[in-house]
Amino acid sequence: MIHELGTGTGARPCISVHDLTMAYGSYVLMRDMTFTIKQGDVFIIMGASGSGKSTLLRHLIGLNQPAHGNIYYQAENFTTADSGQRDRILRNVGVLFQGGALWSAMTLSENIGLLLQGYTDLTPAEIRQVASLKLALVGLKGFEDYYPSEISGGMQKRAGLARAMALDPSILFFDEPSAGLDPISARRLDQLILSLRDSLGMTVVVVSHDLASIFAIGTNSIYLDVPNRAITASGPPKELLAGTQDPTLRSFLTRGEKP
Amino acid sequence: MNHVVIERNEDDVLLIRLAGRWVLGSGFPSAAALETELEREPRPSRITFDARQLDLWDSSILAFLARVSQAGREQGVALDTSTLPTGLQKLLGLAEAVPEPAGARKELRAPAFLERLGEGALSAVAALGEVLPFVGNMAGASVRLVRRNARYRASDLWLLIQQCGVQALPIVTLISFLVGVILAFVSAVQLQQFGAQIYVANLVGVAMTREMGALMTAILMAGRTGAAFAAELGTMKVTQELDALTTAGFPVFEFLVLPRVVALVLMMPLLCLYADFVGVLGGATIGVGMLDLSWTMYFQQTIDVVRLGDTVGGVFKSAVYGLLIALAGCWRGLQAGSSASAVGGAATSAVVTSLVAIIVACGLFAFLFYVLGL
Repeated sequence: MIHELGTGTGARPCISVHDLTMAYGSYVLMRDMTFTIKQGDVFIIMGASGSGKSTLLRHLIGLNQPAHGNIYYQAENFTTADSGQRDRILRNVGVLFQGGALWSAMTLSENIGLLLQGYTDLTPAEIRQVASLKLALVGLKGFEDYYPSEISGGMQKRAGLARAMALDPSILFFDEPSAGLDPISARRLDQLILSLRDSLGMTVVVVSHDLASIFAIGTNSIYLDVPNRAITASGPPKELLAGTQDPTLRSFLTRGEKP
Repeated sequence: MNHVVIERNEDDVLLIRLAGRWVLGSGFPSAAALETELEREPRPSRITFDARQLDLWDSSILAFLARVSQAGREQGVALDTSTLPTGLQKLLGLAEAVPEPAGARKELRAPAFLERLGEGALSAVAALGEVLPFVGNMAGASVRLVRRNARYRASDLWLLIQQCGVQALPIVTLISFLVGVILAFVSAVQLQQFGAQIYVANLVGVAMTREMGALMTAILMAGRTGAAFAAELGTMKVTQELDALTTAGFPVFEFLVLPRVVALVLMMPLLCLYADFVGVLGGATIGVGMLDLSWTMYFQQTIDVVRLGDTVGGVFKSAVYGLLIALAGCWRGLQAGSSASAVGGAATSAVVTSLVAIIVACGLFAFLFYVLGL
């Protein structure tokens, strides 16, 4: 939540996943996933539709419980943590859901203010000021008093990002950030993600199958392979494209073009 | 703790010293002192910063700087951010990258009493204007139903009939039995004083068949089924399912509204008959249990006093109530806004609209039956 000056982006592990198996009932979606997300990474979770990318994200933020395996935030085991510990860990985490998931009964300013009201001692005037700032950061200056239904889908998404950043989290999760955005807005969102990471030292985890965005911002990634139900590749996306021999990954990264 | 010191040096440059820990949880200073300093003559030429003593920071310092920058802009004083940490400079740049679109900001003010009164009246008139096309559409759909060329799925209709028929039986049983018991109990206490216990059967029988059976079922179904119709259609509107139906060539009125209306109009009379019977049973329980009447006596008395006309009248009324409930539910659902809270609002107003319509209809029926001598 606090950004120390001069720490830069170290290589400390931020989230580690050990032997994670995801399942719906007896149907196993992905098994034995082990990977580490380092501090300051823009970590991409990629894979075809239905590969369990979003489910993995839900596991990472505690909305789904692993069938097997553990998730660690720094040294703390998130999977076995009690609800108090979980809440404390999640205070440090912001999530941008696919459709923005703004609370429709509240204005944009109230959407952001609710979190500040709940977890800080700021006065109402200060809360409003911080909410305006967060909206300005995502380019929505002046839209404080709009309801989510009164603005466009792309704006809702950006407002969702402003809400995810409300408490200055050190980790931000994005579920398909570019879905439903035009190419220019998607690119602007990518740049926003990068500048937030650079200036606040956030760790960013992105679920995506948008290749342009994957190559533009990803510093590390994993590929969820449907036929094998496992992670078949990991590393910086550009290196994966240059070095992989795996035909499925190759075809994913080149939009199915024949080599 | 965070510290701000504002200094003015000899060439009228404002120097803002930022120090300490700036953490959201502990609040941040207001820019009031700065604003008075900016307005003091001679006007400062520019604002600079000294952040060497700055320890930790988060959005709170950014919120403060955004205010400083805005105040500077308003007073026409230039801001020199080059001595701020790079991260802060970037974020400040980001926050000011997209200017506020002209006219975007909403004017917020509480409307005056007369204004609210007027708006309320106008929206009531507008709602009336919406009812008429709704009723017209419904009439058109009904004509097509009779001519057998309405487009709807028969399986939907059967499912709806099940939902507003059989599945409503438990709650109808519970409530109408209790109504019968309460009617019998209240009247028993009075009638016992005159030794006229047997007339409990008259009271319960006539009340249930003429009014209470139909009315209680209607109120129940308004809360149970009318609200469900509104919520379902409202959600379908939010998720654009209605648009998808319209573009696919399935008129919403025939495909969604008609089956619901038909199902409820068909099922309400049956539920009402059932409620009449269970209510009489409730009355009989009190008659037998408390007043020492026999089952045979009670039912013989009921059969003697309840006329077929009463029962048919009650059943007819319940069909009309069913129509009103289904229409109110579908109407409110279709006019719902496009958010989660709008769906809740639609369900609420569906129940309120149904209840008002039921009570008005109930009064009209009482008058009509009196005039016709039924």
